[in-house]
This record gives sequence, C-alpha cells and structure tokens, in this order.
Amino acid sequence: MSVGAGSAMSLVLRRELTLSFRRPDQLLQPLVFFLIVTTLFPLALSPELSLLRDMAPGVLWVAALLASLLSMEGLFKSDAEDGTLEQLALSGQSLGVIVIAKTLAHWLVSGAALVVISPLVATGLAVPIEAFPIMMLSLAMGTLTLSWLGAIGAGLTVGLRRGSVLLSLIVLPLAMPLLIFGANATDRAIGGETAAGALYFLAALCVFTTSLAPLAATAALRITLE
Amino acid sequence: MWTWFYRLASPPYVYRTAAAFAPWFLLIAGIAIAYGVIDGLVFAPPDYQQGNAFRIIYVHAPAGWLSMFGYTLMAVAGAIGLIWRIKMAHAVSAAVAPIGASFTVLGLVTGSLWGRPMWGTYWAWDPRLTSELILLFLYFGVMSLRAAFEDPARGDRAAALLAIVGVVNVPIIHFSVQWWNSLHQGATVMKFEKSSMPGSMLWPLLAMFLGFMLFFGAMLCMRLRGEVLNRERQSSWVREMLRA
Repeated sequence: MSVGAGSAMSLVLRRELTLSFRRPDQLLQPLVFFLIVTTLFPLALSPELSLLRDMAPGVLWVAALLASLLSMEGLFKSDAEDGTLEQLALSGQSLGVIVIAKTLAHWLVSGAALVVISPLVATGLAVPIEAFPIMMLSLAMGTLTLSWLGAIGAGLTVGLRRGSVLLSLIVLPLAMPLLIFGANATDRAIGGETAAGALYFLAALCVFTTSLAPLAATAALRITLE
Repeated sequence: MWTWFYRLASPPYVYRTAAAFAPWFLLIAGIAIAYGVIDGLVFAPPDYQQGNAFRIIYVHAPAGWLSMFGYTLMAVAGAIGLIWRIKMAHAVSAAVAPIGASFTVLGLVTGSLWGRPMWGTYWAWDPRLTSELILLFLYFGVMSLRAAFEDPARGDRAAALLAIVGVVNVPIIHFSVQWWNSLHQGATVMKFEKSSMPGSMLWPLLAMFLGFMLFFGAMLCMRLRGEVLNRERQSSWVREMLRA
C-alpha cells in the first residue's frame, strides 16, 4: 500500500501529537521551565517594574530559547531508541517529509505552547498589553525557526549518549541572530515604536530555515542513522 | 590532467606531500615573520593617533583573517568529503579545526589587549568582536561533535554537515550582530577609520600575513600527518613504514 507524501506527513504529524498528548507531563515540563526561569530574574535582580520592563525582551527570549531547546533533545531520541525512526526511514516515504512533520509537531507542542503562555510571563515582567501581539508574533516565528535549527542539532546528536549539552552547544550559536531580532522586535513593541524591521528579519530567518533546515536535518539523520 | 587531484585522495600520498611541504612552509614563514616582527615593531613609525599600541595589528589582523579562513577551509573540506566521500578531505577538515580555533582565540586575545589602551576596556560588545566570539563557539561545536562519535567516519560526516550549516549562518550572524549593535549604541569610542597605510607600516603587515598563512599551512601539514597516521593505523602502508 503506498501512501502519498501529504498523507504520510499528516499521519506522522497526528502520531506525534497523539504521543505528546498521552504524556501531558512531558508536554508541560518545558512550559513550567519557561515560567520558573522568568521568575528567577525578578528575584535575582530587582522587582522594580521599570527595570523589569527594560529587561523583559531579553528575559523572555532567552527563557524561550532555553525552554525550546530543552525539549529539542527528545525530537528524534525515543523514536531512534525503539527503532521507529529506522522503520520510518525505510518506509519508502521521503525522510524529509517525516522530518518536517516531526519538527512541526514539536513546534506545535513546545513553541506554540510557549507563545500561548507568554502573555502570562510578560504580565509578570510588566510588559504593557499593547506590546503583546508583536511579542507573540515574534516569539511564534522565533520558536519555529528555533525548532528547525534544533532539528538539525537533534539529527546530528541523536545517536549520542550524552547529546543534550552538545545539542545546546551546537544550536545556541546558530540561534543568536534569532535572539537579536526577536528581542529587538519585542523591545520596540514595549517602547511603543514600530517593530516592522526586526519582524521582517525574523520572518526572513523563518522562511530561510523552513526551506533549508529540513534538508540539513534529513542529511544529519541519514548520517547518524546508517 | 586530473591525476594530481585524484592522488590527493590517497593517504600515503597526502602523508608524504604534507611532510615535504611542511619544512618549506615553516622556513619561509620564519623568514617572513622575522622580517615582519623586526620591521613592524622596530622600524615602522608609530601611528599618529594610537602611538606604539597600533603595533599589535601585526599579530591581530593576520590572526583574525586566518580564523575565518580556517573555518571556511574546514567547511569546504568537509563538503568535499561529504559529497565525494573522500576520506582525506575529512582528515583535512579535522586537522584544521583546532588550528582555526587557536587563531580565533589569538585574534580575540590580541584584540582585547589592543582594546584596553584604545577603548579603555578589554572587552566591548562591538560587532566584530561579537561575531568573532560566535565563530569560536561554532568551532567548539564542530570539534566537540566530531569527538562525540565513537565511529570516526560518522563523526567526520556529522562535523562536516555542521560546519556547512555554520558557514551558511556566518554571514547572517555577522550582519545581525552589526545591525544589533548599530541600533543600541550610537557613537562609539572605537572609531578608527581604515586610513590608507603608508608603506613603512604596510610592508611588515603584508609580510606578517604571508608568514602567518605559511605558518598556518605548516601547522596544517603537521596536524594532517598525525591525523592520517591515526586514521590509517590499521593499513598496511603505515605498518610497513613503521617497520622500516
């Protein structure tokens, strides 16, 4: 029985989402991590609202990067350990389609979830409500880009026993432009300025990684799987 | 016509060629660096603005240039190894990584020492400094990824892929960092226009560039020989050579 690429993608996507929702604790952990990390900053620095508002873009973005990275390791790991990934690779479907579906599923349960709870964190950091739409838009594009970059890193480190630190070491330098534009867009939105320039850059990065990262992540998986 | 190219894929040939080149590279590098150091540090006139402090440029600029050259070479060699499955290209890529990383560290350290008298601080979040630092992180990533694999062939290919991804990212990082800084800091202390250098300053600098590049080449040849020996330690030609 042959399945088209589109339906293979939706099948893998549905499988990933089902698996994620069967394990709600794993789903919630990065989100709780995001909340806790952002709580650390007012405690460590100062609870003064004006200071927090100045720091908010950086805190939000660094915490989102780390939280997203935390769940990245599991992208291919459990499937590689129980052999599912090899079966998927041998299924005759393009591995790229499977990588895209898995990464999108990962983004939906980690990145998109972060975007949804980001107003909660932002309120704690004294971000004005008017800045929320741009903050959420920039976080949405940023976390998607990060998921693509993370897919490359996860593909490269999937066979390794201690891959998680290495994964951060690989992905974080690549994610630095993301942090710059994302934090800048949020910063400008908080300051009431126009954030279009930074948002365009974010969108460009997002499109760029969406088009090229699946190729790199697939090549990475082929190297580590064989 | 292409036979020289094909021979580059043969480990014994690479091993012998690297051995033949290394002493010449080292010799010419020694002469060029000796001339550059003496002429640059002693005879070149002090800069009208920076005084004698500018002289660190004779180490800093070649090191900074080689840090980027090394990364590109690592990625290009990795790509050749990945595409045509040439083992020796991976050996070059593996051999060049620590050298390039060392030059990156050298560039950062000399830049920081230069920054102290000029800008009044050892470290400023200047775009060039920041992107150089990120370049160092990229080197670390590639080197640790290669080392993390037990199977060297897979480590090679994974590291090559990461190096290529990094090369695609380097311009993005470079421009994003520039853009980031130009937004946050208006006028900076670190404005020194690239004035056209007089010959008395320029010649030693060019000699240092040549010397550093040849030194880089010599180090690469030496590390490559070690890399080839280590990779081919099970093969008959290494055993025969060791027996002889």
